Parts: sequence; structure tokens; C-alpha cells
Amino acid sequence: MSPKTLYDKIWDAHVAHEAEDGTCLLYIDRHLVHEVTSPQAFEGLRMTGRKVRAPEKTIAVPDHNVPTTAGREDPSNMTEDSAIQVAALDKNAKDFGIHYYPVSDIRQGIVHIVGPEQGWTLPGMTVVCGDSHTATHGAFGALAHGIGTSEVEHVLATQTLIQKKSKNMKVEVTGKLRPGVTAKDITLSVIGATGTAGGTGYVIEYCGEAIRDLSMEGRMTVCNMAIEGGARAGLIAPDEKTFEYCMGRPHAPKGAQWEAAMEWWKTLYSDDDAEWDKVITLKGEDIAPVVTWGTSPEDVLPITANVPAAEDFEGGKVGAAQRSLEYMGLTPGTPLAEVEIDTVFIGSCTNGRIEDLRAAAAILKGKKKKEGLRAMVVPGSGLVRAQAEEEGLADIFIEAGFEWRLAGCSMCLAMNPDQLAPGERCAATSNRNFEGRQGRGGRTHLMSPAMAAAAALTGRLTDVRKLS
Amino acid sequence: MAGWTIHQGRAVHLGLDNIDTDQLIPARFMSTPRAEGYGQFLLHDLRSDPEFPLNRHRDVSILVAGRNFGTGSSREAAVYALFDAGFRAVIAPSFGDIFAANAVNNGLLPARVSDDAQAELAAFLAAEPAEITIDLNTRTIALDDRTFPFDVDESWRTKLINGWDDIDLTRQHADKIAAFAACRAFSEPWVFPTASD
Repeated sequence: MSPKTLYDKIWDAHVAHEAEDGTCLLYIDRHLVHEVTSPQAFEGLRMTGRKVRAPEKTIAVPDHNVPTTAGREDPSNMTEDSAIQVAALDKNAKDFGIHYYPVSDIRQGIVHIVGPEQGWTLPGMTVVCGDSHTATHGAFGALAHGIGTSEVEHVLATQTLIQKKSKNMKVEVTGKLRPGVTAKDITLSVIGATGTAGGTGYVIEYCGEAIRDLSMEGRMTVCNMAIEGGARAGLIAPDEKTFEYCMGRPHAPKGAQWEAAMEWWKTLYSDDDAEWDKVITLKGEDIAPVVTWGTSPEDVLPITANVPAAEDFEGGKVGAAQRSLEYMGLTPGTPLAEVEIDTVFIGSCTNGRIEDLRAAAAILKGKKKKEGLRAMVVPGSGLVRAQAEEEGLADIFIEAGFEWRLAGCSMCLAMNPDQLAPGERCAATSNRNFEGRQGRGGRTHLMSPAMAAAAALTGRLTDVRKLS
Repeated sequence: MAGWTIHQGRAVHLGLDNIDTDQLIPARFMSTPRAEGYGQFLLHDLRSDPEFPLNRHRDVSILVAGRNFGTGSSREAAVYALFDAGFRAVIAPSFGDIFAANAVNNGLLPARVSDDAQAELAAFLAAEPAEITIDLNTRTIALDDRTFPFDVDESWRTKLINGWDDIDLTRQHADKIAAFAACRAFSEPWVFPTASD
């Protein structure tokens, strides 16, 4: 048998039909749904009299536009259009009989945090959602694609996705990470190396000692941002950590089914002599705590660097860098560690898990945020929130002067009440620093939760290693 | 979705790389019902500049853009905004993967051209929009007496020409999909929960 990559193996196991031109119908094992990209898809089903083909494999949760403050069950606390979308999801979940976690349910949260937490996401599966950060689920060795609304309707109606196979890309991170360096620094550094289009047309498999050493939470952070590198999916081969994470989750198999699943899951790795279309290698010990300085996730520099000048770049990037610097209000040559911020946002599907909150709380313990600074922590799910409260993390955040919010996408994407005002500068643990991403005219610097916590203490971008 | 083979229209050049989905349509507009029309939201925050090309030229239906057009989110609303503003094709050296798939699903052509062709088209359009003809049969873009080839996945080209509904096509394979699912429900029962699980 010819050697295969992990992607090849999962792909081959899910092709329900292949057309002559290589276009395939990929069988979808789990379909996650949220309120913003699904209303038109359900409407399409109604108009054509179609049903959801596999409601038992379809899981819905509102996350993008729900407020993260108390009283959010009251629709009057949302914009009218947002309230309509959440009400539509409520109705669609009932009408079509799909699994649903409304805001009143402690299991509600960001769809990419809820899926793994509830054991919906398992190794070897195909997972889709009308959200580009579906790549997150690749951390389990699941093939997870972000899809558009037309495709959401297609999956609802047929439980398949029309796809052509992507190419195989390997991103290897060797060796050990240095202290203060986290999964977020890995994933940002990879994008810094490949650019935002470096992964276009590929599925990325992340491997190497530094990846293996990460927890499941860290691996989800890495895969989450595969799309920022242009790849529609990122993968990590499952191992003992993966199996341990999955075991006992509400929708994970049990007993004999668990044993049978393990037999298949243990075959989910790339064969030694598998062929790769593209390979990138980073040394773990070369990765520093990083921040973004511009308006593209590839604008990554170590916190010890200075703001670059447009002339430091080549080709079309010169103009783009100039535009970024103007938008970001930054002067070339300024040490990044002197850039003052006025907002800190800890949360999102990239960094809203319990490990992220622990890392931030470890920096903040017994300290106060800089006066005048707005700081918020938005747990990725109601269960993460409850666990953080039980572990005493919530008290640390509150005593440090942070707002302790309810679960949701919050300030990651400016479609709920949590937004930056024009000119405000934010240290954010989210995934995109595009112009206006966190609010019109808002300025975003992406970084790890520990780095964001450090920035909250000093009021400027800060090298977390200098605090300890 | 209506199919099309030849589109003739005025093309405008937008000289920026990496036009991302959040610029194409800021998220705050994404809760608006589609019936209200998304054209008004297209590149909304960039259009606050009265000199922005789309403000100066309204009667355009083809966008010539830089690399990595549509990078970012999966929001199909980015395509709705272009389509509702009257665009039927975007010509660029490369596209975000999800954006390109969404475009085709709405009858909007993502036409990939070489960097050189993009540069030539940009030079032609630098001062004013110009009439361009796009032919899906020959995969060419014609401007005055010049033609430029473009790339688009073959299955996408067929779909754009025929205006096919993917769901109808896939349902022709319903038996095969059902058999595939039944087989896996036997070998991987944990993937196939019952409704009550």
C-alpha cells in the first residue's frame, strides 16, 4: 500500500462519491452551526421543502453576536437584527430537531470550544462549520473545514461537502520551547514565516516535538489559526493526550465502542515515507514571545523588536506596510515594548480555554491592571467559566480589575456590543488584526494570553519574560 | 442561480493586496436580512474616502484586485456584498480558498490571472474603468484587442455556466451516500449517534 499522510487517510475514509474530474462528495461526521451564517441555509431548506439529513450529527450554539454581559437572555439587550438571528437559531434548532445549547445552558459557548468539550469532535472525523476557525478541531486529528452558507445548506441537506482534495503541507516545529513561549507564539510565528497565503490550497499537518509537547488546548490554538496562513484545515495526529482528553466526554464513545474507536484512531498518523507537497520547519528554541504590529496576521515580530519601516519590505508589501503603519498609528523604529494600549481582550476560539485563563491568571495573581485601562476576560464556554471560578481564577481576574464575562465570541469580531472605538489599541488573544476587525478604526495587536495579561499590568506591549 | 457564459461589463481596479473579508463586509452588517441588499455594505469602511475607486465609478461589474483577495473569514456575506453591488467577476492573482468557493456558489467568478496579466490590466484601468469581456468557454478576458487567459477550476467553470444547484446534483447520488453511511455506521458506530444520544 502506498504511504499516506494523515490527511490522505481521513480523506480516503470519507469519500462517498468521486466524479470523473476528481470532485468528491465528502461525508460529514459533525456539522456545527451558529446563528450568523446559518439562517439563510435553513431558509433555503424551508423554501425547497428539504429536511436536515442527519440532525443527530448537527449541533447548534449561538456565539457570534450574543452579548457577554448579564441579562443577555433578554433580546432587548441585543440589536434588533442580532436578536432576530438568535431567535431564528432557537426556532431552527427546534423545527429541524438538531442538538442545541442556548445561552441559558451552561454548556453554551464558542462553537469551536463547545464541540471538543462535549466530545462531538473526535479523531478521524470530518467536521464542518460556517466559520473559518473550524480548523481548531484539527487538533484532534479530525479534518475540519470552514465553509460558507451555501455549503452549510448543502451539508444540512445531504450530509456531504463537495470538495477537491487539497495538497499536503507539513509544518514541523522541532525541539523545546523556551520559557514564556506558548502555542500562540508558535502559530503566529508559522504565519509570519509562510505569509497569509502560504497555506492556500493545502491542508497543514503540524508535527514535531514542540507540537507533541503541547496540551490539547495548545494544539487547538495552533490549528485554529491554520486559516490565517491560508490553509482551510490544520491537523495534528492524535496521541495519548488526545485520547485522554476525549475519554468520558458526553458524546465520546464508551466501553466496546471506545475500544473499537481506539483501534482506528491509533492508525491516524502520517506514514514515515509519505510525500509532502510543501514542508516548513521551525526550531522551537528560536521562537520568541511575539506580537503583531500591522493589519495582517503575517505581520509578526518578537516583542523585543522595533516597529518596522515600510522600506524593510519588498514588492507589494511596501505599500501594504505603509498603509498598516498609518492605520495602526505606529512610528517605525519605536520599540514594540513601548507601544501603549488602552484595552486588553482575553478570550476567543483561539485562546478562550481553561489553560489560556490559567496562563493569564498566573501573570495577574495579586496584581492590578494599569489604571484607566479597559480589560476583559471572556471564557470560551459556560463550562470553562465555571471551572475558572472553581479554580479561583475568576477572583484573580476580578481583583486585578478585569471584567469577568459570560461566554461568547465577544470582542474578537465586532458584531456584538464588545467593540473597540476608533483609535483604541487592544492587546488581544484573538486571531485577526484586520482593519476594523474589533471595531471600526480599532487597532489590534495579537498575542498569547500571558502576553496580554502582562500588557494589562504595564499598559503597553510587554515582554512577559521580564515580569517574572 | 442563473448561469452565464459571457459577461461584458466595465472593470474597475482596486490596487490593494490581501483585501480581507472584514474589509469586504465588516461583521457589524452581517445580521442584516439579505432582502435589504448587501451592496451598500461592500468595502464600507474604505468607502468613507470619497476618492475610493468604487465611489468614483458606480457602473462597474468586474473588479480587478491584488493578491490573496478574500482572505480571512468564511462569511458568504462578503460575496453577497459584491454580488448585490452588481459585480459578476473578480480578477486577481490569487484568492482566499473559502471566499472563492463561496463566490462560485453565488454565480460570481473568481478568475485567477498571472501577476503579469494583473499588472497589465491594472495599468489599463489605472485612470478610468474600461469595458472588458469575460468568456467562460474560452477562459479569456478581452480588453480592446488584447486577450488574457484566466484559470478557474473546471468543475467551477461548468457550474457557473450551467447555474447548477449543488444540492440537486448531490441528491442524484443519495443512494450511494446512504450506502456509504450505512457501511460506516457498522464499522464506526460512535460516529453515528442516535437522535437521543
